[in-house]
Amino acid sequence: MAVRVQTEPFDAGALLSAFAHGRTASGGIVSFTGLARAATDGHAVSTLELDAYLGFTEPAIAAMQDEARARFAVQDLLIVHRYGPIAPGEAIVFVAAAAEHRRAAFEAADFLMDYLKTRAPFWKKETGPGGERWIEPRPSDYDDAQRWTAPPERMP
Amino acid sequence: MAKVLLLGRLRDIAGWRERVIDPLPATLSALRRQLTDEDAALGEALSGPGVQAAVNKAIARGDVALTANDEVAFLPPMSGG
Repeated sequence: MAVRVQTEPFDAGALLSAFAHGRTASGGIVSFTGLARAATDGHAVSTLELDAYLGFTEPAIAAMQDEARARFAVQDLLIVHRYGPIAPGEAIVFVAAAAEHRRAAFEAADFLMDYLKTRAPFWKKETGPGGERWIEPRPSDYDDAQRWTAPPERMP
Repeated sequence: MAKVLLLGRLRDIAGWRERVIDPLPATLSALRRQLTDEDAALGEALSGPGVQAAVNKAIARGDVALTANDEVAFLPPMSGG
C-alpha cells in the first residue's frame, strides 16, 4: 500500500514491473495509466498544470486507498499522482492493484480512478492557444463515481 | 501566523495563492466576509457551488471558530486523474 504525490515524471512500465516483482501470492495485477491529452473537447492543450495542496492531498488519497482495500479483496495497491506542469503525452496518474483473483483487482483500480477523478484534491488548468481554463469534473465523472454507491447487487 | 490559501481557479481570480492575514477573524464566516469586502469577485467565487473550506488541512463543515495560528484553505471542486 503506497501513495506518492510528486512533480517528477514517472515511467508507468517501470512502476508496474517493480510492483509485480516477487509477487508470488497474487493471481493478477491490474494497472491504469492516465495521460495528459493534447486536446480536450476540441481545445488544443500545450500544458496541463495540476495544483495540489500538500499535506491535505496525500492523506485524502490514502483514505481512498484504505476504502478500496476495505471494499475489494486486494493484496496491495499503489497510487502515483503527479502535480505541477505536465506535457501532453506524459503520465499524470498510475494506479495498480494486486489480488489473488482478477475481479477484485479490476474493480479496485476502476473504483480508485473514479474516486480520484471526482474527489482527489487536485485542481487542473489547461493552457493552449485559446488561453487558460480550469478543468472541473464532468457530469460523467460524477456519474462514474456514483456507480460505487449503488447497492452491490445492482453491480453486474 | 495565520495563513489563507486559495487553490485552483480561486488563486487566478484573486491574483494570490497564499497570504498572511493577521489578525485572523474569529470565525470562518467572518473571514469570508472580510475577503468578500476586499474583493467582490473572489467573494462571489468563494460562495460558488462546490467550494469548500479546510481549516488546518481538515474540511470544515459549516461555520467554525478560528484561532491565531490557523491555516485556512478554500478549495474549488476537486479533480484528479
